[in-house]
Amino acid sequence: MTRLQATLLATTLLAPLLPAAPALAAKDSITLGMPLEPPVLDPTAGAAAAIKEVTYANIYQGLTRIAPDGNVAPQLAKSWTITPDGLTYTFALQTGAKFHDGAPFDCSVVKFTYERAVAADSTNSQKGFFEPIASTACPNPATAVVTLKRPTGLFLNNMGSGDAVMISPASAATNKTNPVGTGPFVFKRWIKGDRVELERNPNYWGPAPKIAAATFRFISDPSAATAAIMAGDLDAFPLFPAPESLDTIRKDKRFAVVIGTTQGKTVMSINNERAPFSDVRVRRALAHAIDRAALIDALGGLGKPIGSHYIPGNPGYVDLVGAYPYDPAKAQKLLAEAGVKPGTEMTLKLPPPGYARRGGEVIAAMLEQVGIKAKLVPVEWAQWLDQVFKQSDFDLTIISHVEPNDLDIYARDKYYFNYKSPAYRALYQKYVETTNPADRTDLLGQLQRKLSEDEANVFLFGLAKTGVWNAKLTGLWENQPIFANDLSAVAWTD
Amino acid sequence: MTAFLIRRLAGLLLTLLAASLVVFLVLQVIPGDPASLMLDTSARADTLAALRHQMGLDRPAWIRYLTWIGGLLTGDFGISYTYATPVSELIAQRVMVSLPLAVLSICLSTTIAIPIGVLAAARRGRGTDVAIMGAAQFGVALPNFWLGILLILLFAVAYPILPAGGFVGWEKGFWPALRCLILPAFSLALPQAAILSRVTRSAVLETLGQDYVRTALAKGLTGVAALWRHAVPNALIPVVTIIGLQFSFLLAGTVIIENVFALPGLGRLVFQAISQRDLIVVQDLVVLLAGSVIVVNFLVDLAYLGLDPRITHEGAK
Repeated sequence: MTRLQATLLATTLLAPLLPAAPALAAKDSITLGMPLEPPVLDPTAGAAAAIKEVTYANIYQGLTRIAPDGNVAPQLAKSWTITPDGLTYTFALQTGAKFHDGAPFDCSVVKFTYERAVAADSTNSQKGFFEPIASTACPNPATAVVTLKRPTGLFLNNMGSGDAVMISPASAATNKTNPVGTGPFVFKRWIKGDRVELERNPNYWGPAPKIAAATFRFISDPSAATAAIMAGDLDAFPLFPAPESLDTIRKDKRFAVVIGTTQGKTVMSINNERAPFSDVRVRRALAHAIDRAALIDALGGLGKPIGSHYIPGNPGYVDLVGAYPYDPAKAQKLLAEAGVKPGTEMTLKLPPPGYARRGGEVIAAMLEQVGIKAKLVPVEWAQWLDQVFKQSDFDLTIISHVEPNDLDIYARDKYYFNYKSPAYRALYQKYVETTNPADRTDLLGQLQRKLSEDEANVFLFGLAKTGVWNAKLTGLWENQPIFANDLSAVAWTD
Repeated sequence: MTAFLIRRLAGLLLTLLAASLVVFLVLQVIPGDPASLMLDTSARADTLAALRHQMGLDRPAWIRYLTWIGGLLTGDFGISYTYATPVSELIAQRVMVSLPLAVLSICLSTTIAIPIGVLAAARRGRGTDVAIMGAAQFGVALPNFWLGILLILLFAVAYPILPAGGFVGWEKGFWPALRCLILPAFSLALPQAAILSRVTRSAVLETLGQDYVRTALAKGLTGVAALWRHAVPNALIPVVTIIGLQFSFLLAGTVIIENVFALPGLGRLVFQAISQRDLIVVQDLVVLLAGSVIVVNFLVDLAYLGLDPRITHEGAK
């Protein structure tokens, strides 16, 4: 159909029904797209990343916050001091901060928030963050003294996460559906399944945000996401779900396509307890058998290869990408040494994301080259959590571990890939209890090296963050050090 | 008539009870736990146990079933696991999208299909008939999601006169909300109109060959009058049957179109609830949809009665 015919059809069918387009006013609002809808709007009551992507730094704030560059910055705590033993944190709190319902923010809120998170009936998905806290004391309303049971190097980081935002006792019970925080935006309404609307907080304690209103719309279908961007219905899609449309969008001057990093470590997880994977030679053989560059290319070419469970660019990163170069011959030799016969079958369980489903096919073809028959088993997310994560019923799976600073999962007693190395655990324990920055960096390097040496999982690539937004927008985050769409600095330029 | 109504009502309740039992059992068997889905991969065992207790998942299955059914009987649909809001509220919001969309689509498809179906029958074998039936054949083969994407590209991207998707809500006014439904309604209606026009055509052809139409022509009625007064009314029973089926489908079977247009309708709610294992929402929706199909079928039966006085329910049963 030509443009002319299309116009005629459009005009005859619909134009008479439509009102004239409203005059374009100077824009002071923003509409963002997100692939998934948050189930609730309380980040302390659910693990879904989408909860934080709507509420973090917009509605709720913590004592500290994670800045766009991934570093810890002050928020509701103006400053803090730490005793030399690393056990006592004294926070000087913002005075004058208020919750959206008018309730004051002071030390009693800090105490309530932290005690609630660690209580027996707490459903905070990161309860472990609060477990080191021995007590929270309030010498005066503007000072909070948090005492730890043991030194915890990541404490300030953890208190800046969405799971540790300040919750008022008055609204704690209703935050899931009617969120009340101290942030620069207040909740306006939520059309379930479609959108959440926020408005500028007129009584905000800090510098007022430049935009007056923000709408988050939930669009999971890639073609619908592309259409909504192209039609101008959306101003930004910070985690754009349609990589195949990027070339088209790049050509359009109206949009900026911004590729950044996430904290997603995409790995082929190995059930370390099952034969033959308990043999390190088999795990190394799998690493040699996979051509990471080709895999990344097949998935759109945006990921960055990794050699351990750590993202390039993070503080203390050690480049181990070259540890197991692509070498099918060597892989075959290692497999033969470990007694794995050509034609051995392994199941590869694939959760729904594209990197797993499409990546799994590519990896199966690569494994075929070294004589391994990978049986691909697509599973939906609920099945993955049940079979793989809960019951460890798998040989291999592909998954992106998206939480930042999660080297602890290799030190846990029970975690689905069953990596149980006393040496690693001892090292991790030491890392947790060390507060000297230089020593911490050194230990961080040792942890990464140990994981690579044991090749606990096959480390594939860091997941890219593909942002698409209106070229006139500024202040959106390029990288994603934490799940967030922080709108406090977003503005329109002309 | 009273006996008929009582029989239908008893049948309705039994069917709903059976549906509730089947869906409950199926959801017990399939793997996946709503609590672990909510806590994701960072969950610790004690947090998971606390959440399961809070959600009531640690109670035996039969108690959960009886609590649920008991609630339904008193009009309490329960609280959604994932959304933490009353299911009745969730469903009510979605019905405000799905029901208007279904009604709009069915109106569109009927308005298009019946006239052209009758026209094709009246012009049987001639150019008009061939053209209409060719177009209908094309329409039947047309996947509605593809048509949807095409309409978006045309009317939202190339000529941005309608939104590409989403739903602003009725509280923003009748017209802004209706605008969101126009493209999805056309995407759903056109393929359905294609089917309906073919059914209309063959039904009218059938009645055109009947004695009463020949008699009507013999007593001096014009072809057009005979067609509209005698052939078409008598052809409506199969047409109404198809409309009933299509309407039931439109209420919740439109998940793909809802995805393409990012519409918060019932179909997507079912889909989300299943993938999130929001068991209570799935259970409620299945029972509700089973109920609505039964009610639509009942209305279709009543329509038969109006369309053809010869049908009596005592005789038909």
